[in-house]
Amino acid sequence: MLSDWSWLDTWIVVTAALAAMSCALPGTWLLLRRQSLLGDAISHSVLPGIVLAYLLIDQLEHAGVVTRETALLIRHPCLFAGAAVTGVLSGWLSELLSRIGRLDAGAALGVVYTSMFAAGLLLIRLAADRAHIDPGCVLYGNLETIVTDTWGTTGIPRAAIMNGALLLLNLLLLLMFFKELTVSVFDPAMAVSIGIPADRVQQALLACTGATVVASFESVGSILVIAMLVVPPACAVLLTERLSRVCWYAAVIAAASALGGHLAALIVPELTRRVFNWPELGDATTAGMMAIAAGCLFLLAWICSPHDGLIRQYRDRWRLQRRIVEEDLLGILYRRGSLLHEVSFAADLGQLMKQPPRKLQPVLDRLCRAGALNLQGGGYTLTAIGMRQAESLVRSHRLWESYLAEHFELSDRQLHNSAEQFEHFLNPQLRETLAEELRQPQQDPHGATIPPANPPASQS
Amino acid sequence: MSPWMRALLLQDYNTRVVLLGTIFLGMSSGMVGTLMLLRRRALVGDVASHAALPGVGFAYLIMERIHPGSGKWFPGLLTGAAISAGLGLLCSRGFARIRRIREDAALAITLSLFFGCGVVLFTMIQGLPSGQSAGLNEFVFGKAAALLQADVQLLAVASLIVLVTCVALEKEFALLCFDEDFASVNGYPVARLDLLLTLLVIGVTVLGMQSVGLLLVVAMLVIPAAAASYWSERLRTRQFLSMLIGGASAGLGVLISAAVPKFAAGAVIVLAGTALFVISLLFGRTGGIVWRLREQWNFRQQIGLEDLLRTCFEVLESRGPATGPSDWLSELPISKAELEAARDWVSGRLPYLLHVACYQGLLRYDAQGNLRLTSSGRRRAILAVRTHRLWERYLIEHAAETPETVDRRADRTEHLLRADAVEELEALLPQIERPMPVPTSPHETAASESSLLPRPLLKAEDQHAQ
Amino acid sequence: MSVVPPVSSTAAVPAEMSSPPVESPAGELPLKVHDLTVAYHRQPVLWNLDCQVSSGSLVAIVGPNGAGKSTFLKAILDLVPRAAGEVEFFGRPYREVRQRVAYVPQRASVDWDFPVTAADVVAMGLYGKLGWFRPVTRQARRQALDALERVGLAEFAQRQIRQLSGGQQQRVFLARALVQEADLYLMDEPFAGVDAATERTIVQLLQTLRAVGKTGMVVHHDLQTVREYFSHVLLLNTRVIAAGPVETVFTEENLRRTYQGRLSLLDQVGHQLTLAERMPRS
Repeated sequence: MLSDWSWLDTWIVVTAALAAMSCALPGTWLLLRRQSLLGDAISHSVLPGIVLAYLLIDQLEHAGVVTRETALLIRHPCLFAGAAVTGVLSGWLSELLSRIGRLDAGAALGVVYTSMFAAGLLLIRLAADRAHIDPGCVLYGNLETIVTDTWGTTGIPRAAIMNGALLLLNLLLLLMFFKELTVSVFDPAMAVSIGIPADRVQQALLACTGATVVASFESVGSILVIAMLVVPPACAVLLTERLSRVCWYAAVIAAASALGGHLAALIVPELTRRVFNWPELGDATTAGMMAIAAGCLFLLAWICSPHDGLIRQYRDRWRLQRRIVEEDLLGILYRRGSLLHEVSFAADLGQLMKQPPRKLQPVLDRLCRAGALNLQGGGYTLTAIGMRQAESLVRSHRLWESYLAEHFELSDRQLHNSAEQFEHFLNPQLRETLAEELRQPQQDPHGATIPPANPPASQS
Repeated sequence: MSPWMRALLLQDYNTRVVLLGTIFLGMSSGMVGTLMLLRRRALVGDVASHAALPGVGFAYLIMERIHPGSGKWFPGLLTGAAISAGLGLLCSRGFARIRRIREDAALAITLSLFFGCGVVLFTMIQGLPSGQSAGLNEFVFGKAAALLQADVQLLAVASLIVLVTCVALEKEFALLCFDEDFASVNGYPVARLDLLLTLLVIGVTVLGMQSVGLLLVVAMLVIPAAAASYWSERLRTRQFLSMLIGGASAGLGVLISAAVPKFAAGAVIVLAGTALFVISLLFGRTGGIVWRLREQWNFRQQIGLEDLLRTCFEVLESRGPATGPSDWLSELPISKAELEAARDWVSGRLPYLLHVACYQGLLRYDAQGNLRLTSSGRRRAILAVRTHRLWERYLIEHAAETPETVDRRADRTEHLLRADAVEELEALLPQIERPMPVPTSPHETAASESSLLPRPLLKAEDQHAQ
Repeated sequence: MSVVPPVSSTAAVPAEMSSPPVESPAGELPLKVHDLTVAYHRQPVLWNLDCQVSSGSLVAIVGPNGAGKSTFLKAILDLVPRAAGEVEFFGRPYREVRQRVAYVPQRASVDWDFPVTAADVVAMGLYGKLGWFRPVTRQARRQALDALERVGLAEFAQRQIRQLSGGQQQRVFLARALVQEADLYLMDEPFAGVDAATERTIVQLLQTLRAVGKTGMVVHHDLQTVREYFSHVLLLNTRVIAAGPVETVFTEENLRRTYQGRLSLLDQVGHQLTLAERMPRS
């Protein structure tokens, strides 16, 4: 497994990371433009371009126009050019189709790229005797073998150089046009009105995406390119709210999924073989594992996202519920015993709160720790701190009731129910605005006294 | 016998089986595809098919584990595919509910995640001794020729279920696609209908994988439906046509691939569909490009003719007050030069229009080479002038137009007024007496008096024409 | 005083509007629209619009739903194609004087989930001046912060825009227009769905801008406040009903004519026009 990590593995990771990062940069903008599936379309439609370019060179070589050496030399650039042409063509065609054919954008995309892909497959079959193109390689990528194809004697894989160049190009373009891209994606109308041709910027973005997809499909496969285009930026938008950071995060996540993917490709099959005692199982491709790794990172980002991740959501909800229970408890204690300071027991409180005492016990303990309650002989009394908190709450409750009573015609029960809910959401500022508007009332609609505003906290 | 004849005459038992199977598939996918296109979810099928891949892999591995050698059991693989496709769509729904992730991104993420899983599983399977020949690649690239009679039976039954469901729930689905909220308010179980439709998509996708391959099965959902949209604007007809086109492209594809050895059926089926789509795009009766161009051409020609006839009228009008109601328009000759001078013609436009007008019998040349209005030409000229002047009045009265600019303005839009709009104009301009003459021009024409063509003249012209 | 109908159409418009235009200090009208006609996919159709706005005026564009108020702004800014008509800003075509015109679109027109902060959005107003390739300078950021301060949002500068309330979002848009330091401000329903504080801020800012000789055109819905907020009014319902100073033009009679319904024939013909897809030209 990891013990026989070699230079080859390093190069695989580097090549894959470069490809993934170069995809993630334009992918960010596709995601923000809500055109993620465009990447899918482009990556499918590069197939006929590749095959045609391949066949063309083959023909030229057979016809003796170019020598074998030249053919080898120009093959890569030609494949690149062919793929880029059909890739961009598909984006352009589907836009044309949805405009003059008045077709739904998604459907136009579907029609164009499936047709082009089908044409590509057919071409491969037709040319099978002369050209050996494995459609599988185009689809799934072939990282493991292409890293052995090195540039001269440097030992650097050709693909790594290609992907690196694309990454540099994308970075450069990103830095140069960051603000133009931002404004034309965020608000095209505004962009046009300040003299930035939004549609042309977006066309350039499309061309850039096409070139990147083409350069990367060799490494990660034409289908999995879309994973690198969409998933890292999607993670990034979950993790940060700053656009420049979205770009960097996306690039880092892309690199991480390349590393994770290769590690998983080394570890997972071995593990499966051992766990299931099934030694015949084959190895897994790095490209596929990269997509899975990226997907896992996405799930992770979803769970841990600082602003709307699952954890954050549950934590906030839980905290709110806890606060409400705590405040209700204090309120009950205040109403029952503010004058008598009588002792309450968990069982009594449970009855009043309509909750089993064992559920209340941790809350009571917490309040004791916070110094809001005092435990005396098995019963609870409010401390000064607790009293102040309770007063604020009851003040909120009664002020809200007064406010509602003034503006709505509600029964006492309705008043109370609404106040029960909203007392927890009135912050001090709102509370005092309310009091101001009601001209500092002394009594609530039921005739109960409204506790005075708390003295500033510094006096405690 | 040539392979073409063999294929066309369905000599091979195998071809017959495959043909039948794929036609069933094409028909049912066309049916469902129309609905998905209307829901603007055309690419959901793509996600479903890509998401089905790991299911196939898992199913194979599990079956192989339980009973070595049984991994290729077709229904088992299909079940795996369906489950995993369903999971994929669920997943994409879940992702789309994250606030910052839009539907397109959710679909793309699901697609790549599941496909990645599938690719990994497939490469692992390739290591198995049975895996090399497992033919699981057929699920990716499709191999219609490998369909067996049992598969076709399955396809037929499934297609029948799809078709019957679509027909039975036609109006419910129509409502779902057109106005979900309305359907929901009216007590239709929208969520369940949506689920059912999704299930149909998954069914079609999974069944199609075997013959066209998962990469292309979305084409079966999208292309026939898109093609049918150029032929009809009624849902029922569109569904029927989509079914027909789906079936036809499947049939064509299978026949061609049977006749030409190297043509893989899946790709040819899709390309046959594409060909039908292009034909529809060009010649479709509702929204086809050729028809639209023709309509535009006709419209332009009609405008030109109306302009020409109106110019003729004005030329005649400018010669002075009419001597009698019926003769001043009819037989007076008009020279080309007069027409030329009366209006700014785009170069080459006037000769062309004259040619067309003569051809249509609106104008004729007399012996001196001058032009004369024929009776039908007269009638149309009067109508054109009438509409023009009414419209001018209307614009002046109701659209803050000035007499100076109104001619040009009216010129541009009067051709769009239809007969009922002209009637309405008359009603809106009460100060013009009825029966209504051609109103005088509100701006200076060459002959400023003149030109009240009484309405009876129109009648007379009508009778004259008959 | 400043929104005047073209002299030529006096016959067709009420007499009270035809006060002569007052030349702006620069001697050029901020906006001059002549014969504007718009027929656009499923959008309201505008017919033969003529209007002039002279500098230092605050113009409310008032009219019923679907009267083409937003389309009017978009059409003069070349955001939707014009079927006919000439539009001049400061005596020049729009392309040449973009910097002098600031546009505040409707709030619903952008994606508020976009990962940018309020300050970023405001800085966008300066992108046009900064020019291509140049990064956003520190000075630009400072200007953006100043503008946010002017609309009372200094403390929200680093918030992601989704976290702002509707009124605050509108004020961010306003700040973006402010940094453009334009001479003409075109605003599309800035008061729609905003809180009272925002409405006050916007109005005060508009008044301040007017005091220094800037011009504003605002699509406005609330008839109650037109007199209070604006100096001029443009009553619009597929065509100009009346235009001019609020005191003379904003009359019950004119409002009735504006809101009495659309000219059904214009609509019909407009519909035909969109079906035909192009304005026929002879």
